[in-house]
Amino acid sequence: MNSLASLFITAVFVENLALAFFLGMCTFLAISKKIETAFGLGIAVIVVQTLTVPINNLVFQYLLRDGALAWMGLPEIDLSFLGFVSYIGVIAAMVQILEMFLDRFVPALYHALGIYLPLITVNCAILGGSLFMVERDYNLAESVTYGLGSGVGWALAITALAGIREKLKYSDIPDGLQGLGITFISTGLMAMGFMAFSGVRF
Amino acid sequence: MTPSTRKILFAPLVDNNPIILQVLGICSALAVTTKLSTALTMCIALTLVVACSSTLISLIRHYIPTNIRIIVQMTIIASLVIVVDQFLRAFAYEISRELSVFVGLIITNCIVMGRAEAFAMKNPPWPSFLDGLGNGLGFSVILLMVGTMRELFGSGSLFGFSILPLARDGGWYEANGLMLLPPSAFFLIGMIIWGVRSWKTGQVEQPEFRIQPAHNPTEATR
Repeated sequence: MNSLASLFITAVFVENLALAFFLGMCTFLAISKKIETAFGLGIAVIVVQTLTVPINNLVFQYLLRDGALAWMGLPEIDLSFLGFVSYIGVIAAMVQILEMFLDRFVPALYHALGIYLPLITVNCAILGGSLFMVERDYNLAESVTYGLGSGVGWALAITALAGIREKLKYSDIPDGLQGLGITFISTGLMAMGFMAFSGVRF
Repeated sequence: MTPSTRKILFAPLVDNNPIILQVLGICSALAVTTKLSTALTMCIALTLVVACSSTLISLIRHYIPTNIRIIVQMTIIASLVIVVDQFLRAFAYEISRELSVFVGLIITNCIVMGRAEAFAMKNPPWPSFLDGLGNGLGFSVILLMVGTMRELFGSGSLFGFSILPLARDGGWYEANGLMLLPPSAFFLIGMIIWGVRSWKTGQVEQPEFRIQPAHNPTEATR
């Protein structure tokens, strides 16, 4: 239990997907102009990340890894080279299913998240989460925790950046730095702030 | 080389650079720039993938049904990335260990998807190939610039060869540790954007609004 809590905290703060690994940067910079939209996208990422990392974990454990097909009587088959196609397929399918499910049962949430869901398929943070899960060999409980933690960390980072950018509108920025340039530099300063969390270990 | 092919090939280098102007493909790029050798590997891999995927998608563009095109593009890109990944594991295992998940993340690199969607779906194979190559090179230029600065000032070497002798090895250069940490990549890209936009002023973004200069007090009392 203690190790799961520590994994969660590490995934949120120390190994923040956006600020320490630069994942999901395209959406991170493009959708962070207003707090509300950034928050909506953040929630969508948390939901999708918490679902896809454990599902990809099951796919990896029972279909792809070396000897995983032993339950089918084929113990010598190693399909791990098919990993990338399978993970991205699972992610695309999950996003599609989630979209249909929300449309049918939770229309209010569907309208709130609507435009962000399709964007998430090509968000590197989602695929990155699954790839880190495979590389670090997490079990099912760890992958649920890691999925939730990394999603929360990403959402936290984008909401904080949107807050900074809303205030930044009022500042007098040199012409060449206007827009993208100053956003990069503020993200860098935020990343330095998050690095201070690396002392927080259990 | 005709002017139009030259334009397709070289426009993405500075005038329409994928990273600093279109804000595409920063995701998987920056984490691999602490060393020049990994940055170079990443550049070659991405340029190959984007050029090949643009060509392939453009070849079959008339046969892809529009409503499932994203899945088709994804499958082509993912297959190419698997080839690159297996190749790296077979012939450059050390570098593939260092790149870890970032080779796989070429799949979701927005440049590849973006060029497939914006250019290859509408153009014949040869221009699509050039466009993919050009965008790959535009990406590589920025990546190599950042990689050079980070390795040179962070560890005093380039490609692992010592250029600035480090103080701890008896030289004179005190390594700048910040350069090896994630934030420095953001600062460097910000500075590169600043530099390019001061040179090509057409790329400057207009602010949403400007604060009015304060009224002259003597006018206000009048």
